[in-house]
Amino acid sequence: MLEALYAVFVGPFRDMIGAPSFLIEVVIGGLAAGLMYSLVALGFVLIYKASGVFNFAQGVMVLFAALTLVGLMERGVPMLVALALTMAVMVALAFVIERVVLRPLVNQEQIILFMATIGLNFFLEGFGELVWGSNVKKLDVGIPDSSFTVAGVQVNRLELTAAITAAVLVAIMAVFFQRTRVGRALRAVADDHEAALSIGIPLNTIWITVWSAAGLVAIVAGIMWGAKSGVQFSLSLIALKALPVLILGGFTSVPGAVAGGLIIGLGEKLAEVYWGPLVGGAIENWFAYVLALAFLLFRPQGLFGERIIERV
Amino acid sequence: MTLRRVMIVLLAASVLALPLAGVASAQGKEMFIPSLVYRTGPYAPSGTPFANGMWDYLTMLNERDGGINGVKLIVEECETQYDTKQGVECYERLKGKNGGAAAFNPLSTGITYQLIPKAAVDKVVVHSMGYGMTAAADGRWFPWVFTFPTTYWSQASSVIRYIGQQEGGLDKLKGKKIVHIYHNSPYGKEANPTLEELAHKYGFELTLLAVDHPGQEQKATWLQVRRLNPNWIYMSGWGVMNQVAVKEAAAINYPMDHFIGNWWSASEADVIPAGDGAKGYKGATFHAPGTNFKVHGDIVKFVYDRGKNIGPKDKIGEALYNRGVVNAMFMTEAFRTAMAKFGNKPLTTEEVRWGYEHLNLTEARLDQVGLKGFTHPVKVSCEDHEGSGPVEIQQWDGKKWNIVSDWIQPMRDVVRPKLEAAAAEEGKKLGYTMRDCSKEN
Amino acid sequence: MFYREAGQFKSTYASDQAIFPIRQDRIVVAAALVAAVVGVPLVADEYWLQAVLIPFLIYSFAALGLNLLTGYAGQVSLGTGGFMAVGAYSAFKITSAFPGVPIVLVFLLAGLVTALVGVLFGIPSLRIKGFYLAVATLAAQFFLLWLFNKVAWFTDYASSGTITAPPRAVLGVMVTGPEATASVRYLTALILVGFFAIIAKNLVRGRVGRSWMAIRDRDIAAEIIGVRPLRTKLLAFAISSFYCGVAGAEYVFLYLGSAETLAFDINVSFLVLFMVIIGGLGSILGSFLGAAFIVTVPIFLTNAPHLIGVPLPVALQKQIELMVFGGLIILFLIVEPNGLARLWQICKEKLRLWPFPY
Repeated sequence: MLEALYAVFVGPFRDMIGAPSFLIEVVIGGLAAGLMYSLVALGFVLIYKASGVFNFAQGVMVLFAALTLVGLMERGVPMLVALALTMAVMVALAFVIERVVLRPLVNQEQIILFMATIGLNFFLEGFGELVWGSNVKKLDVGIPDSSFTVAGVQVNRLELTAAITAAVLVAIMAVFFQRTRVGRALRAVADDHEAALSIGIPLNTIWITVWSAAGLVAIVAGIMWGAKSGVQFSLSLIALKALPVLILGGFTSVPGAVAGGLIIGLGEKLAEVYWGPLVGGAIENWFAYVLALAFLLFRPQGLFGERIIERV
Repeated sequence: MTLRRVMIVLLAASVLALPLAGVASAQGKEMFIPSLVYRTGPYAPSGTPFANGMWDYLTMLNERDGGINGVKLIVEECETQYDTKQGVECYERLKGKNGGAAAFNPLSTGITYQLIPKAAVDKVVVHSMGYGMTAAADGRWFPWVFTFPTTYWSQASSVIRYIGQQEGGLDKLKGKKIVHIYHNSPYGKEANPTLEELAHKYGFELTLLAVDHPGQEQKATWLQVRRLNPNWIYMSGWGVMNQVAVKEAAAINYPMDHFIGNWWSASEADVIPAGDGAKGYKGATFHAPGTNFKVHGDIVKFVYDRGKNIGPKDKIGEALYNRGVVNAMFMTEAFRTAMAKFGNKPLTTEEVRWGYEHLNLTEARLDQVGLKGFTHPVKVSCEDHEGSGPVEIQQWDGKKWNIVSDWIQPMRDVVRPKLEAAAAEEGKKLGYTMRDCSKEN
Repeated sequence: MFYREAGQFKSTYASDQAIFPIRQDRIVVAAALVAAVVGVPLVADEYWLQAVLIPFLIYSFAALGLNLLTGYAGQVSLGTGGFMAVGAYSAFKITSAFPGVPIVLVFLLAGLVTALVGVLFGIPSLRIKGFYLAVATLAAQFFLLWLFNKVAWFTDYASSGTITAPPRAVLGVMVTGPEATASVRYLTALILVGFFAIIAKNLVRGRVGRSWMAIRDRDIAAEIIGVRPLRTKLLAFAISSFYCGVAGAEYVFLYLGSAETLAFDINVSFLVLFMVIIGGLGSILGSFLGAAFIVTVPIFLTNAPHLIGVPLPVALQKQIELMVFGGLIILFLIVEPNGLARLWQICKEKLRLWPFPY
């Protein structure tokens, strides 16, 4: 009994202190992984913030964006042109989604819109595979996946690039939402569709803008994750790993997505490396959710989410 | 409003049309082979070449020889997406079609577990080649299930033997560190008991690291690998877990030639994303890669040149493509063995089972088939549905897989007793009784 | 013309409060039941029973459970797969420890165990609402599956890591195990789901259901008028988990035969949620309709090319199937966001007036 308590509460900490450079590696690895999750969570946040829709299809959009990029590059299109074309494709996709899915469902309940994105998820899955095939594709954007050592700590180049990209992206988003007119209009739409319509905000344009933005974020996430594991179907499952980030940070907050990502990434890795061996490993998945749940109990709308004001 | 009416009409039409699904058709001098495949979904990169290999070999037999001894083979693919429910649906729909399926290759451990109890009731052969339930290799408990040419437990013991060879002898393993990275599912855990027993026997330090499904994110696992700095890594992975693992190993500069994947973790799809970093990665296999075999020439001539193929020509000879070929070859040779005894006609499932159980694939026969040196000779018997079970090690050189070892025998003295115990346990759970092999021919 | 209640007088409160007050309704339902119990086993072949009808009944059971929780009590839950797994594994443990206990009782006991687990994971619902709760229930989903994977005790230390339904008989007839015929398993599933559907219908018509709906619609107002949120929400989780647990036990014992944890992964949770939403949130019939839709449409789409006579390569077929399925869902929601149950209701209302248009 005492041994068990010791093993859980004292042992891992002694482990950590005993090998400090390894601890730093774990911390860096966790933070980097967390930022990769944030990249995916950002897409969710964008769409939820601006249209109140929980986009179940975000994971598939990441996959679709990556598939399009790699597909074009495989056919000999130079990288930058392929990137531009993929952006165009994602914007076109946003147009189509707005016209076919969102417009007929204006002002429906959240859960109905959620369900519609599930339908979209299936559709894009089948469509992406139909057009680009189901093989694993190598994504080479010129970022090597090697490591270099700094003061005894191994740092991975790809993760570093992803971290910097995520930081830049978040900064751009934050400025966009807070400072620009379009950003304010987006927040108005998220609050209440009909009220926003009634004061003259063009709902359709707003939606196209925000879904395109989410599409662009999906491209970035697709590049980073695709470079890590090759572009294939499982990329769409990344969304599941981004969900704890979302609930911890709050569905409507861009800085929340980042903070949530960092906390979840760090917590996950520390738990897996130091406490995992005690229970046989592979605790990452549920640990992230339990961690997010624990935070939710104190702040039910996430760390940075908007406080829900309930009226009778 | 009209849209609503359209929906209602569509729904009514589909409800009425449903009973027409699932119609069987008559059969002449043919045998029906259902091919359970996964060409879509998360495991498509592994399932597609396998399916192509199967299809090509069987079609080649039809085109070149008119079938097997004059009996044509009807092949029908059924998509399972590696999903158990869809696999069961395929099985139920196809088991009675065209006069009855001759044999099933479930291509998935999950689906195999579903079909094993059904196989004995429906009396149809289930060939889970090197996957599925290892315990089913004891034919006395599971007469209708075959796992040859080898099983996961034998593979693990062979890999340890290979590592011993590389280290200069099994006794040199004492004190060495070996890590087993496995997919957190019954499939991944298969090798663990065998590895633990061998660790005990030979004195090496075994660490088991589980990777949660699907394995897209493995940072924590590889951080632990870095901390342990093992001498050897063995991996039982599947799907995206393989690609990420190979990439992560390359990223932490682990010596790739000390990283051995099992035969589901060592195919082209697994090493492509890592690019040059995957050079030197090893894998276990029970057949050769490449196209230097007469059969491949025949496949090109009779299938691709006649336009009867499904997959692309440049993917012939990939590791998993050849696995499909060897699967189809085992099946058709079993049919031939049965036909030698029962006559050149469409076989009943009992006769097919007899053929599988008395398969004796010799070097000479392999040469006749056009696959000289492709795989190890196999002899199946009543107790031993596993064949002899050796594996060889292949290595990725950046462009293709090359065999870098001889055939490595498994440690039967360790594996067989455990296998028999497990078979008795699983058989009793299903209410089976043990056959007495000496009483049968 | 035919569907009128003219001439049907009620003389007792009980007959007035019946679930099917109109005689035509009663006749149709009785006929459907007779067809299901007697007709189907006679007519249907094994493929239909094994691949379509049995999963339909089992998924309806799970959808019923989720509908009670999400449709009536308003608590969105994505942990259905995990709860079904609890039901399956506890049924397995109970029956392997006590082989003499009748299998139906084993299912019910497994449901009770799941109810307890459900209450435990429902506690966060007191603080967390909406989609946040949905994602929090995913914690239950992942944790439960990890637990069953990790702790070998749950599979009785099987080397294969899977649970297998042992052969069990009821009144001399094999109900589970490889010898049980599809018809027997179908009838067992049918009787269980019918019985518990009636219970669910009465639950939602009574005080319990009304308190759930009050919490769903305006939980603060409900609290003010005396509906205790703690009790109500936890009761919803308990009962819903009971249903999901029994469904999970049936899933392994009556349908699959053996299962590993991957059979209960998150796709199952999403699938049951789709059934509930497409069938209609807050409707008992909706659970059945949604389950029928989700079970049969993929099978129909798989077989359709054969029927029309257009042989497509397997991969293309599957991809088109996915696209059509997704498209159908979106189309559905645009046409009738309240689900198939509402469509059915509209049909009945039109029938009531037929041949007049209004």
